[in-house]
Amino acid sequence: MPTFEPVLSRNFDVADGHALRVYESRGGYQAARKALTTMSPDEVVGLVKDSELRGRGGAGFPCGLKWTFLPKDRKETLMCVNADESEPATFNNRYLMELDPHQLLEGILISCFATKASTAYIYIRYEYIRAYKILEEAIAEARAAGHLGKNIYGSGFDLDVWVHRGAGAYICGEETGLIESLEGKRGWPRIKPPFPAIEGAFRKPTVVNNVETLCCVPHIVERGADWFKSIGTPKSYGPKLYTVSGHVEKQVCVELPLGVTCRELIDEHAGGVWKGRKAKAAVPGGISMGLLSADELDTPLDFESLRKPGCLGLGTAAVTVIDDHTPIIDYLINTSRFFAHESCGQCTPCREGTAWMSKTLQRIKAGGGRSEDLDIMLHMANNLGIIPGTTICGLADGAAWPIKNAVTKFRDELEEYIRTNQNPAARPTPLQIDIAEGRVVNLEANRRLGIASPLPAAALRAPEPPKL
Amino acid sequence: MSADATTRSQPPRRIAILTEPMKEKIRALFPRYPSKQAVTLPALQIVHEHLRCVPLQAMAEIAELLEIEPAEVHDTMSFYGFFPQSPLGDVRVWVCRSLSCMLRGGDELLEHACHRLGIEPGQSTPDGKVTVDYAECLGICDFAPAALADDGRVYGPLDEGKVDEMLEEVKQGRRDDPPRV
Repeated sequence: MPTFEPVLSRNFDVADGHALRVYESRGGYQAARKALTTMSPDEVVGLVKDSELRGRGGAGFPCGLKWTFLPKDRKETLMCVNADESEPATFNNRYLMELDPHQLLEGILISCFATKASTAYIYIRYEYIRAYKILEEAIAEARAAGHLGKNIYGSGFDLDVWVHRGAGAYICGEETGLIESLEGKRGWPRIKPPFPAIEGAFRKPTVVNNVETLCCVPHIVERGADWFKSIGTPKSYGPKLYTVSGHVEKQVCVELPLGVTCRELIDEHAGGVWKGRKAKAAVPGGISMGLLSADELDTPLDFESLRKPGCLGLGTAAVTVIDDHTPIIDYLINTSRFFAHESCGQCTPCREGTAWMSKTLQRIKAGGGRSEDLDIMLHMANNLGIIPGTTICGLADGAAWPIKNAVTKFRDELEEYIRTNQNPAARPTPLQIDIAEGRVVNLEANRRLGIASPLPAAALRAPEPPKL
Repeated sequence: MSADATTRSQPPRRIAILTEPMKEKIRALFPRYPSKQAVTLPALQIVHEHLRCVPLQAMAEIAELLEIEPAEVHDTMSFYGFFPQSPLGDVRVWVCRSLSCMLRGGDELLEHACHRLGIEPGQSTPDGKVTVDYAECLGICDFAPAALADDGRVYGPLDEGKVDEMLEEVKQGRRDDPPRV
């Protein structure tokens, strides 16, 4: 295979790569100039559609196709850039914003021109403090140099870009959750349809794209759709920033063509599993996507191949490696705790289900596991999310997938754990079992037993009253 | 709205919390959005930046500015779990507990940091200098196990010794970069 020349990360190692003059000196904003002065918006949409660029944010929806869903007779369009990168173990958008903000702005400029949007909001998570400051600086520079503002390059096209900061909610990375949050409301995802392309932010047609997706656009305009399709596998095209973290020697963000295998990524780019150990499992693309066992590490990380080992998809291409010294129950407790914490509470199956799974796993860890727990959790996981059709957004699918994968692939280990880790104090009380099995119970006679065996958690303490 | 209804929906008269410069900053954001309600989050952030908390009265004042009901501001505010009602320490430190950091000992380091300061996650030191809290993935997994101060300083990869060094450093106060624009 010929050596891959970095595309998205080509300015990462350049000194002051975030500055406009450096970006311009390396050919920056030429693609935008070409698009705005020599192409029509529809030609740009057609070009991106031909390149079959698929969204890099997780779902992998074709970007050009998304743009064609906008109503033809629309008066105003809004662009929302999804920089609310909160999927655990993912940090490639942070690299793109901190090290090459003008590449993103150029992508926004071309995409807004193509979709006829005159305002773009970059919704960035609050925790990206440095990236936020760099973006603000880059926008001011670009505006002063005439890359943003009124009548850009004399084409008559106007564009304003604003940065909007989030406030630490994972769910605001879901596109309609993001829109609600942008409108100043709680970030509750909306029922679709109507899709944002028809009725999005402020009830206007809205395009929501991920940072990395938009960063690909200038390169497609510059070098063409065929060049883009020559990178990657026969079905998944283009360059992709992969991040590797967890139990590896070097935690890195590398750019590679789509379709690199998980093992290659770990061994060649991340320096192998740490401390000379072996990998037990790896998360292929952010924790929502499930789990690969050690035998499945040769799976290519692209949009199609990950379905075969039962994962949800490529997700954000953020690989987390788990070594053979880590019990799989710890991984499950961590992921279920995350989703129980981040469930927005709008749909009952997700709000109750994620919390339930988290509590069940913590009970197993504490020594109160029962042999039927695994099947109960599988049953719950199979009934949670948009795939079984019980929730509005995909958060619950993401919560279910780690459990489905881990219980299927590591069943022996989990059963062994439940068998060998039994602690009488953590077991359910006879009264709880009576209730669970539907027997008539006399609460008055059982008053002294208590319904729950563990004492109320610290979280149940009353909060301090507000000081005014 | 009748005069009666207006007086009823007003909070009892108190000394205003939002100062004129803060209000000015909030008003300056209005032209960016098609609705004033969209400024809710930025306004809460501006207040939070100045006061290190968002008291109930400030929410009522924001509501007045944005021409919405105080309950709507509270609805948004309470969803995010980010804006406390009583002041935070000068520096808020988030210790990550998500997968990549947990695998490398994030949970234990959070416990260590809290033990060292004699507080629970989410609490501030009695001198009001530092708040330590857990966080879900901070997006700095290349530094895992990592922590982030709310002035933008990134700490990691951490171990117990480095957590102690970090706490010493943040006790010295904030070190915000000067604004770049």
